[in-house]
Amino acid sequence: MKLDSLRLDEKIIYNIIEPNSKVLDLGCGDGELLYLLTDGKKVKAQGIELSEEAIYKCVEKGLSVFHTDIDSGLSEYPNAAFDYVILNQSMQEVKKIEYVLEEALRVGKKVIVGFPNFAYIRARLQLFFGGKSPVTKSLPHYWYDTPNIRFLSASDFKDYCNRKGVKILAARYLGKRKEIFFWPNLFASSAIFIITK
Amino acid sequence: MTKEKTLGITKTEYFKFDELKLESGLVLAPVTLAYETYGRLNEDKSNAVLVEHAFSGDAHAAGFHEGDKDPGWWDSLIGPGKGIDTDKYFVICANVISGCKGSTGPSSVNPKTGQPFGLDFPIVTIADIVKAQKYLIDYLGIKKLLCVTGGSMGGMQVLQWVTSYPKHIHSAIPIATALKHSPQQIAFDEVGRQAVMADPSWNEGNYYGKQKPERGLAVARMIGHITYMSDKSMEEKFGRKLKDKDQQFKFTADFEVEGYLRHRGDSFVKRFDANSYLYITKAMDRFDLSGDKFIPKDKHVDVKFLVIAFKSDWLYPAYQSQDIVRLLKARGLDATYCEVNSTYGHDAFLLEIDEQTHLIKHFLTRVSKNYEA
Repeated sequence: MKLDSLRLDEKIIYNIIEPNSKVLDLGCGDGELLYLLTDGKKVKAQGIELSEEAIYKCVEKGLSVFHTDIDSGLSEYPNAAFDYVILNQSMQEVKKIEYVLEEALRVGKKVIVGFPNFAYIRARLQLFFGGKSPVTKSLPHYWYDTPNIRFLSASDFKDYCNRKGVKILAARYLGKRKEIFFWPNLFASSAIFIITK
Repeated sequence: MTKEKTLGITKTEYFKFDELKLESGLVLAPVTLAYETYGRLNEDKSNAVLVEHAFSGDAHAAGFHEGDKDPGWWDSLIGPGKGIDTDKYFVICANVISGCKGSTGPSSVNPKTGQPFGLDFPIVTIADIVKAQKYLIDYLGIKKLLCVTGGSMGGMQVLQWVTSYPKHIHSAIPIATALKHSPQQIAFDEVGRQAVMADPSWNEGNYYGKQKPERGLAVARMIGHITYMSDKSMEEKFGRKLKDKDQQFKFTADFEVEGYLRHRGDSFVKRFDANSYLYITKAMDRFDLSGDKFIPKDKHVDVKFLVIAFKSDWLYPAYQSQDIVRLLKARGLDATYCEVNSTYGHDAFLLEIDEQTHLIKHFLTRVSKNYEA
């Protein structure tokens, strides 16, 4: 497993995280990012994942993971137990997202949130001209099979942070293969925010 | 996954020591522990894995005893190339004190009277059971165990090791277990005990050399077996299938499930002592490491955990394993939790071998890395 095998969003998160820090990945999947972080940056990693198959893959990689859902997995942790809490590409599927964000901000000194940008131009065009729910690379599902229960844009998330008094330390915007710097809420297919209380 | 390699013939050994001071303040003396070992202890003694048996288990965890056609109770998981790989690890398993498989228990001879203890045997706790094992580990020259693992009551002993001797274990794998019995679990145990004690042959525990309370013990075991299975596993195993058609008596075992339970009950009484049944179930019911007792806040504990539960287990439901995980999280301990999707009920820890092999094998590999005892 190499860094090159990571998706662009995961590479960006990899680069954000300081060596030797404590990291909690909410919805860590097969644990590729966590594995590379333990291997390359010597982080102390903990994953939370709902899929049993994924748990087996994480254990195979020597990772510590909890087989549970994100909604109920955080309350026992003491405040600031982790340097980073990662919530990448799973926020749009979480039921009690406000609670999870609050808890993530409580147990993590910094929270890294990554999600597909619903206001991406291709999504806008499909909705506006096609009159249909958008299906894009970062939103690859039809209305009837999507696991997503929320559809938010990068600007929506900024608004949320402002309203709740959450500090945005940095925001990164991603296109297909590279980062987007110009008019990101329109041209980025997904976004990554680093936030803190 | 079929594993053809086995340990071959294994043998029970006996470790005797002078006395064991019990939690109650009473002293048990002398004490014998029946145990088996598999694999080889490495030079720096850093590869020892202690396996803890469940309620009715014994020291014979793997391999075959001379002349037996069935292997030890966890043979599918312990052996060369298996989940607990005896080519890498030195595996130890001991029969619990108060048991009846070679370790000192109520059926042993009381040195004061020359007769079996019966109810003169002192009350023994899970902490006492584990304390006796610590003596064995000392005797084997092992300072620190690489891992302690076991399911059900075996899992309770794993948790007790963490509480009693945290500096002497590097990692722990409690499986399908709990920090304490729920009222439901205590209730099932009590019905079992009452069945034993209601048998006139039980005679206040004084039946050695006479008719044993076989009916009572068999009924107790039948109840136990119901709680070890799940609704679904019973449906799959028996359905409503009938045994023989030619009935001799109104209340013959018509259904296969009845025949199965009767068979399980009858075979159990041949291998188990009724008084041990009472003592051990009581030890489980009294066990309670909930709250701050498990890992007290002022105590430094650095043990790595793999906690395993099974979805259809209603005797030791997954929430009880999650309670353990919650305490580990609060204490910031390195832990993994997996809830295996199984229909076997509580029996899953003896039957879901592929999943446990995968989890345990990789976990042991990880905790062995850079580890010195």
